Amino acid sequence: MSRSPHDEPAPAAFPPRRTDESPVIEPGHTYASVTDQISAIVLIRKTSRGWIFGFAVAFTLMMAFLFATAWLFAKGVGIWGTTIPVGWAFPIVNFVWWIGIGHAGTLISAVLLLLHQQWRTSINRFAEAMTLFAVSCAGLFPLLHLGRPWLFYWLLPYPNTMDLWPNFRSPLIWDAFAVTTYFTVSILFWYAGLIPDMATLRDRATGRVSRVVYGMMAMGWRGSAAHWSRYETAYLLLGGLATPLVASVHSIVGMDFAAAIVPGWHTTFSPPFFVAGAIFSGFAMVMTLMIPLRSAYGLQDFVTMRHLENMAKVILATGSMMAYGYIAEAFFSYYSGNQYERYLTINRALGPYAWSYWLLIACNIFAPQFLWFRAVRRNVPLLFLISLIVNVGMWLERFVIVVISLHRDFLPSSWRMYYPTIWDITHFVGSIGLFLTLLFLFIRLLPVISIFELRELVHKSREEA
Amino acid sequence: MAALPKPEFLYGLLAEFEEPDSLVEAAQKAYATGYRKMNGYTPFPIHGLSQALGQQPSRIPLATLIGGIVGGSAGYFMLYYASVISYPINVGGRPLHSWPAFIPITFEMTVLGAAFAAFFGMLALNGLPHPYHPLFNVPAFSLASRNRFFLCIQSGDSRFDVDQTRQFLEGLGASVYEVPP
Repeated sequence: MSRSPHDEPAPAAFPPRRTDESPVIEPGHTYASVTDQISAIVLIRKTSRGWIFGFAVAFTLMMAFLFATAWLFAKGVGIWGTTIPVGWAFPIVNFVWWIGIGHAGTLISAVLLLLHQQWRTSINRFAEAMTLFAVSCAGLFPLLHLGRPWLFYWLLPYPNTMDLWPNFRSPLIWDAFAVTTYFTVSILFWYAGLIPDMATLRDRATGRVSRVVYGMMAMGWRGSAAHWSRYETAYLLLGGLATPLVASVHSIVGMDFAAAIVPGWHTTFSPPFFVAGAIFSGFAMVMTLMIPLRSAYGLQDFVTMRHLENMAKVILATGSMMAYGYIAEAFFSYYSGNQYERYLTINRALGPYAWSYWLLIACNIFAPQFLWFRAVRRNVPLLFLISLIVNVGMWLERFVIVVISLHRDFLPSSWRMYYPTIWDITHFVGSIGLFLTLLFLFIRLLPVISIFELRELVHKSREEA
Repeated sequence: MAALPKPEFLYGLLAEFEEPDSLVEAAQKAYATGYRKMNGYTPFPIHGLSQALGQQPSRIPLATLIGGIVGGSAGYFMLYYASVISYPINVGGRPLHSWPAFIPITFEMTVLGAAFAAFFGMLALNGLPHPYHPLFNVPAFSLASRNRFFLCIQSGDSRFDVDQTRQFLEGLGASVYEVPP
């Protein structure tokens, strides 16, 4: 089994490196050079044609999402293919997919922070932003799926004239709490990380508008010793809080399924299995986004092969957990002796949606196996391809869980096939547009790499040398 | 007007260093000399600087603990109140106070309370937002977010004397700026 980055000796500021391993930051950088290079992306660089083109595409897709949403509000959930017995279809598949993607951001920023993994520094800001935007997309789907989305606030406990409370014993309400808490804590964590960098941009900005706006966002940060001391404590504590939170959020998503008696859902291993899948898909998404970004903005000095290789190792490790999960799932359905569970497994592999199951196995189990080879882990185009395949595979995984379980449950008389409509697809593709629109704005307006942490990294690598 | 105390013309004196180690050394010497009202300004956190300046460890952990306890107990109380007092429903004789089902939301509320306390506690103790500060009047101070390390001795310090303090700071090998109030 390949060593995951977590196995490396943690406490030393810089673990001893093998000589052939790429550094986490290319040599020759100074405090000034990292500051200038990252802040120039936001402050000096002209908006490139590539950015405008990408933003235009993403924005168009987002408009399609809004159009589909308006149509949904006007006509109701009937515009989707969602119908009994498949009452949870694309919206829930998309919800779980997006929220899983979000988890890698928190994992990179919080868990690797606690484990003193220096390589997180260049990718944590971007990964956290990805978390926020993915959770924004995720949060919309259960709300749109409510039937009367404008009454979504009924999910929250508030004093109301109906004298009613939400059902606090339902995992769906736990989910509402988990996702809103997760979103809130992610914003705090992200913004806390941004404050010193906003001060950096405020001090570098030449235009009055940008100086005032970044100045307001920096809130008067001066980088005093007292500031930093409290800041570091708070940041570490937020990391410590986000770590169990991220496990709880996807566990609760797992419980949404596990609490139902539907075959294939009603298993105790759903929560950990969902968490492993979330990390798997999230790291793949970070890679999918980071590879084009680093070449478009010339960030190869900061996002080095070491980062890509480490991420590839995490994908391989969590992919192996997924493989174990699929095997365990098949074994338990056999061993349970329950005819519905057994039928579900057969129906997954041989039923009308067998293509999705086998495609899922190919994407999630076979494709990552290439990452055992160092040559593949250091081949950027291949990594990009594998990360895309994993993203597709994880979407299919949620499709398999949601749709195959529901379309044939206990009574053959109520079996029915599920077919998505154009609106299902518009909402799904449109949500990618929403995600990318937010990402494009983020890349243009905020530093994609944490500048002060890079300065700290330069300092540490100097001390080491 | 002669009876009034002499107005303080300066916020303090700001010394600029090129290397983090010289700043830490300067901070130690300044503390040993007896200066207390001073602060270091750096582009990234430097371990040992806060101690060298004689600052107390932060109270953020305590604030976070309290935030977590308040959040968790408020969350649990809400669940208990809703399920047992305000809207009890008897479902096949199952207990109203079904605590295992309350754990996930209690946990989320604990994390939320603690995170709010950590974030807003950090801002409050740091005195942020703080849009105006005398240091921002010194043009060189903008390098405090790039590659320079500063030590500011404030005029409010009992040992502060413009000339002596300037000599002391220059003796440490720093460029010294006056900070208008």
